[in-house]
Amino acid sequence: MDYSLVCEQVLNGLQFGVMLFLMASGLTLVFGIMDLINLAHGSLFMIGAYLCAMAFQKTGSFLIGLLVALPGAAIVGIVVEVIALRKLYARDHLDQVLATFGLILFFNELTKIIWGPRALFLDVPRSLSGTVNIIPGAPYPAFRLAIIVVGAAVAIFLYLIITRTRLGMLIRASATNREIVGALGINVKLLYTLVFGLGALLAGLAGAMAGPLLSVEVGMGESVLILTFVVIVIGGIGSIRGALLGAVLVGVIDTLGRAFLPAFLKLFLDPATADGVGASTASMMIYIFMAVILTWKPKGLLPAHG
Amino acid sequence: MDRFKPSVKTWIQAAGLVFLVGLPPAASALGESFYIGLSSRILIYALAAASLNLVLGFGGMVSFGHAAYLGTGAYVVGILSYHSVEGSAFFNWPFVLAGTENAFILWPAAVVASALLALLIGAISLRTRGVYFIMSTLAFAQMMFFFFTSLEKYGGDDGLSLFARNRFGSLDLGNDAVFYYLCLGLLTGFILLSHRLVNSRFGMVIRGSKENETRMRALGFEPYRYKLTCFVFSGAGAGLAGALIANQTEFVSPSLMHWSVSGEIMVMVILGGVGTLAGPVFGAAALLLLEEVLSQYTEHWMLFLGPILILVVLFAHNGLYGSLAQGKIRNG
Repeated sequence: MDYSLVCEQVLNGLQFGVMLFLMASGLTLVFGIMDLINLAHGSLFMIGAYLCAMAFQKTGSFLIGLLVALPGAAIVGIVVEVIALRKLYARDHLDQVLATFGLILFFNELTKIIWGPRALFLDVPRSLSGTVNIIPGAPYPAFRLAIIVVGAAVAIFLYLIITRTRLGMLIRASATNREIVGALGINVKLLYTLVFGLGALLAGLAGAMAGPLLSVEVGMGESVLILTFVVIVIGGIGSIRGALLGAVLVGVIDTLGRAFLPAFLKLFLDPATADGVGASTASMMIYIFMAVILTWKPKGLLPAHG
Repeated sequence: MDRFKPSVKTWIQAAGLVFLVGLPPAASALGESFYIGLSSRILIYALAAASLNLVLGFGGMVSFGHAAYLGTGAYVVGILSYHSVEGSAFFNWPFVLAGTENAFILWPAAVVASALLALLIGAISLRTRGVYFIMSTLAFAQMMFFFFTSLEKYGGDDGLSLFARNRFGSLDLGNDAVFYYLCLGLLTGFILLSHRLVNSRFGMVIRGSKENETRMRALGFEPYRYKLTCFVFSGAGAGLAGALIANQTEFVSPSLMHWSVSGEIMVMVILGGVGTLAGPVFGAAALLLLEEVLSQYTEHWMLFLGPILILVVLFAHNGLYGSLAQGKIRNG
């Protein structure tokens, strides 16, 4: 097996993992702090991708696309939080599942009405359309590399916010005890809205950056959403570090499985069977991985509270 | 003593049953026999929702992967019927298992296969709690989804068409009204059985574990075993619903196991009223009828269904049936 091919696939896995991390960090914060299961997080991802694609088609600039997508997703997130989700924090998880399932239906249909049922085209920005010789002998697409860099920057940024700022302190404190933080004179409602907006912004960023790699279409959020839940469960709910570790593991395992499992199985099986079995086993691998992790550590790899 | 006084709940249930029994002749008389098919679909999903409700409503186990059992039941029917039509065997070793179209063999087989799958998945998932449980049941369902997608022999992604509905003794299942009454009978039977179950000693342990597992353990029960048994029973019920849905649509495909189907079944349970015996029937009827009615007015019916679900959550705390019977329905 080719060394540079393996390196390339590992980088692809890392890039995929970073994208999942952008989704997972928001979801895990909302989950860990507000105790809210938000199935509609994938819709924010989709909205980010659509806004970016729309602005890109109008202006031809990916940067403007980002500048529209990020605040756009954040605003949609904040509006949804204020109108509907705020009332669900104290409710049962089941009520939250039902309400946010309703939100998914609503946003999917709204997207179909505004942008039509056909997938939108979003191209890689021109300045990042080249390749970089990061692995000897195998030029790597600059755009994918840029996603890894952005993801790493976001991870550091989130780490600094949560450990070094007053906002982060309040976030951590209200995750532990909402009432006490409120009694100390902090506007917890506003804090929650801000955290939700931040999560929505990151989901929008993930969607906008995934746009050129996936197809921008209705329903694109749901498949990512399921993977994101897998990530935060593996990492441990409420933990940003866990989300990062889980995202990278899931990204790399999924990508490597898809790239190499069929070839590996061809050593034992006939080619047609190996392709079929390999493809489905590759799709199953992260779920198998998750089942193994949960049997070994029922609260995930790096749980937030001890 | 309360069971001898007709309560609001009894009236609702009796009226519902009379309505369901009278529906096929009424629909035929009005020349709207299309509604018989739609109603059979509702009854089948009600059966799936009722099985989910056993674990979710009474046991507090939020399974987000019930589509796996539904799909497994459907595939047992689909695959064995396929072999029967083709005249080949499903497998030849260690013994020959030939295909069949006999419902008396197929449906119990669907139930047993789903129950075994639920035993396997439940045994692992029930070691976890809360959201971790939700996600691990989802993960296993996703595995099954991808497994059946990869079965090229049985149509893979595209699924498998049945040649005809199964043979059921002298009953002609191809007749929609006959099929409808069979579904109604099975659903009623399942609900009565569930009623016995949740009010038995076994059911008390299950409900007790939902409230407080530590207390149940202190009383000398091992909740894990009871919960697993309940989970297996629930998977078996969903498997039966799967066998029925395969017959109703004469088609099986991995889309039956898609996670959104698990979500929809869960929505039916919550919509109808969690932990009530008739709730899932109301929930299935409400969701499928709402889809049907809204889609007649607008192509974009989901735009309205979404907010309706949110309003139900915000304002009807116990679900539709729960709100109707005003919370006096704890004991089913």
